[in-house]
Amino acid sequence: MGRYLLRRLLQLIPVFIGTTFFIFVLVWAVPGDPFAGKCGDRRCPDAYVDFMTDKYKLDQNIFVQYGSYMKNLLQGDFGQTFGGRSINEIVSNAYPNTLKLALVALAVEALIGLTAGVLTGLKRNGFLDNLVLVSTLFLIALPTFVTGFVLQWLLGVKWGIAPVTVSGDVAFSELLVPGFVLGSTSMAYIARLSRTSIAENRRADYVRTAIAKGLPMRRVVGVHLLRNSMIPVITFLGTDLGALMGGSVVTEGIFNINGIGREVFRAIITKEGATVVSIVVILVLVYLLMNLLIDLLYAALDPRIRYE
Amino acid sequence: MSDPTVGSMATTPPAEQPTVAGGTAPPDSGLPANAKRDQPRGLLGDAWIDLRRKPLFWISATIILLFLVMAAFPSLFTSVDPTQGDLARSRVEPSGDAWFGYDVQGRDVYARVIHGARASILVAVLATLGTVLIGGAIGILAGFWGSWVDALLSRIADVFFGLPFVLGAIVILTTFNKPGSGNSYMKIVSLVLFSLIVLGWPVSMRIMRSSVLATKQADYIMAARALGAGSGRIILKHLLPNTLAPLLVYSTILVGSFIGAEATLSFLGVGLQSPVVSWGVMISETRDWVRVSPFLLFFPATFLVIAVLAFVMLGEAVREALDPKLR
Amino acid sequence: MSDILVSERSEPGADGSGRPSGRLLEVDDLRVEFRTRDGVAKVINGVTYHVDAGETLAVLGESGSGKSVTAQTIMGILDTPPGFVTGGQVRFHGKDMLKMSAEERRRIRGEGIAMIFQDALSALNPVFTVGFQVAEQFRIRRGMSRADAKKRSIEMLDLVKIPNAKGRFNAYPHQFSGGMRQRAMIAMSLALDPEVLIADEPTTALDVTVQAQIMDLLAELQRERQMGLILITHDLGVVADVADRIAVMYAGRIVEEADVHELYAKPGHPYTLGLLNSIPRIDEKGQQLRTIKGLPPSLLNIPSGCPFHPRCPMVQPVCREKVPPLLQLGGTRASACHFAEEVVNRD
Repeated sequence: MGRYLLRRLLQLIPVFIGTTFFIFVLVWAVPGDPFAGKCGDRRCPDAYVDFMTDKYKLDQNIFVQYGSYMKNLLQGDFGQTFGGRSINEIVSNAYPNTLKLALVALAVEALIGLTAGVLTGLKRNGFLDNLVLVSTLFLIALPTFVTGFVLQWLLGVKWGIAPVTVSGDVAFSELLVPGFVLGSTSMAYIARLSRTSIAENRRADYVRTAIAKGLPMRRVVGVHLLRNSMIPVITFLGTDLGALMGGSVVTEGIFNINGIGREVFRAIITKEGATVVSIVVILVLVYLLMNLLIDLLYAALDPRIRYE
Repeated sequence: MSDPTVGSMATTPPAEQPTVAGGTAPPDSGLPANAKRDQPRGLLGDAWIDLRRKPLFWISATIILLFLVMAAFPSLFTSVDPTQGDLARSRVEPSGDAWFGYDVQGRDVYARVIHGARASILVAVLATLGTVLIGGAIGILAGFWGSWVDALLSRIADVFFGLPFVLGAIVILTTFNKPGSGNSYMKIVSLVLFSLIVLGWPVSMRIMRSSVLATKQADYIMAARALGAGSGRIILKHLLPNTLAPLLVYSTILVGSFIGAEATLSFLGVGLQSPVVSWGVMISETRDWVRVSPFLLFFPATFLVIAVLAFVMLGEAVREALDPKLR
Repeated sequence: MSDILVSERSEPGADGSGRPSGRLLEVDDLRVEFRTRDGVAKVINGVTYHVDAGETLAVLGESGSGKSVTAQTIMGILDTPPGFVTGGQVRFHGKDMLKMSAEERRRIRGEGIAMIFQDALSALNPVFTVGFQVAEQFRIRRGMSRADAKKRSIEMLDLVKIPNAKGRFNAYPHQFSGGMRQRAMIAMSLALDPEVLIADEPTTALDVTVQAQIMDLLAELQRERQMGLILITHDLGVVADVADRIAVMYAGRIVEEADVHELYAKPGHPYTLGLLNSIPRIDEKGQQLRTIKGLPPSLLNIPSGCPFHPRCPMVQPVCREKVPPLLQLGGTRASACHFAEEVVNRD
């Protein structure tokens, strides 16, 4: 197991370097003046140009640039915006909000998705089953921003039962609607995935054995069936959490949540190159580490794949 | 970056991947040379027959056909110029004259929705084609040759995987497509296409690769080799027909996914922009007005959702038809 | 009209106590059908057999003969739908289980009647340790503590001769070899000391040498516990050493029932004869293998008269028209063939 972990970590490094280098090149190394458009619509102030050139060795070739940039990054220095704000500060203000939203979304999608999926997996071809099948198809087809807009308008403006936007101190209760919006597509996937998994496992031999042992149905379903059926679902949830932790430009934008997604979007639009790269690097790292965790989680859940 | 419409669909392979076993049936042996026999149908042939019986297939196919006609010949549906606006009519509600009303700039919403079909669908279909062709080709290479080729290609795919979809698209698009730079219609569309393909190919590659890996071990492949078939022939005649199924299912859903993705990017202001008309562009224009004139959002969003739904339903129907386990 | 077992049988209450005595486990004229899209398959058509404490009944038949479905009906694990019991009784200690409540039936499972299956790898839950699955019976059904259950489970694993039982307690099914897995399943099934064990093709998936070991183990355990053992198999070789009586099934009915020695020496049904003749013999090296021509019938469309008639080398016109009843041939023998006497007295 330890060797497997080590191998995966080693595989992670070239991917990390590759992705971050790719972004870095896109932002800073496109031919022409590297500072074109990096400071909004104006020319960058000379002081900033000098400062950045010196710090990140921008007068040297791309690899040195990248190298020095990453060196700073790994020491915890994410640089500054052209206006002088510390990017570290921006991130530490925004990320917790994104995390809160991610957790709410995960909770909502898991709760609703699993309930729907398990119930319909056990009892198929009923009214509930068809309802779930149709509604999940619908949710998968709806882009997040449409869901967001519609719910914001319906629940916030028309019926007034939910706050239209999220306030400065991001309370969990305010995040329910945005969380639902963010998790809506995944919720549909979870419902379908768990439904199929349960339906398939229901006919499995080990379920027959459990019944033949004389165990109460509650235990057969609740312990034996569920434990097996939930493996793909839980790994999906883990992957989704990784994606959610990358923030959501759309949801944060619609509901005015001060999260990492909105920050990076703002940075892209206002041409804050340094901010963009720094945040993206963090997000990529989080994503890659989450993927690794998911693999470990999967091995923990399914004893058959532990010896790779 | 999770915009789940795009994020989880792009990075999560379809929940059930049909494992295709068998393919074109070996010709009957022992029959006299001139015996009349049916063409061996194979899985795809059987699937087509199954597909024809499903109402889900016909409903989605009809809707898609309708949209395709709309995209190709918008003048069949409306004769109004979608780009011509009169500010005096700004945000006028739907009425007998203009079924969907007028938008912020006084343009006929119905006309714009009809004309918007072209960009939305064209981008999605072309992007899917590109993604599937490129990703599929790379996937076959990686799966078939294995060893260092596979390792290299998989790592490269991982690099692109690591990039959050929406973020990556935004960065690419803003780098090459500075708003207000007055890029031409074609340039804008091709940039959006480019970013969708560049970020989308890893998933196709993975699907194809695992499909190939699973099929590669099959006995009939070994038999073909033993008979002296070269790699090219093996790939084309034996491997390809049997590995297509999962990718085929994915590509139908992908079209729907890309329609949503294009809309999302346009909504964020980095995708298609004026003078291009697409549903995403229309939705992005409503951003500040949705509370006062919700109909501005309603119509393009409805068309969008129906189009995506149609493709997703088609994908469902195709998947069920191709899944040998349901036979 | 059913094919009734025309023989002596203890009547309920025969021991004079007023309580039904009779057999430990009895299947009486059981009928089961499978309702499918393609029609109704008559899977079991009047099966009657029994097993008593301390004896082994082997149920022999090809795939599709209905032997497993009968067992599943006894255990109450038949998939309903598409399976439906349309007649007959399954009596355990004289009480008809088919009329019991679900809860009553559940309690009999594991404690009264236990079952082991063919493929231990898929029959055991892959995500729980073997120890957990054995201990589960003690914990859930007997209310034992974790520690006590563990102790008893290790005893059971020892009983079935799994080496290093204590260490293996925490191992997963996929970490065992085929034979060990089957032993573990046996341990699990015997945990609650059942009176009857149904073994559905327990050795089919195993190597020949391991087969012998498992059969020996089953025989030994049965002797020690005086269990009734129903051994379901298609393999005549496996049955010879272990069984006391054999019931041969074909197309959902019993076609012959006899003592093991009698059956092998003088089969009383053409089907049994065919089966015995098809066993490859070392003194027939170089000769063509003998088979029973044809295939078992589709249960959606069972042939008229005797279901075996399309494949029978001794078929006569009456076989096509009349369904042969299961006739007593003296002693404990019975055969469902119009010409059973002739078959027995052959060579």
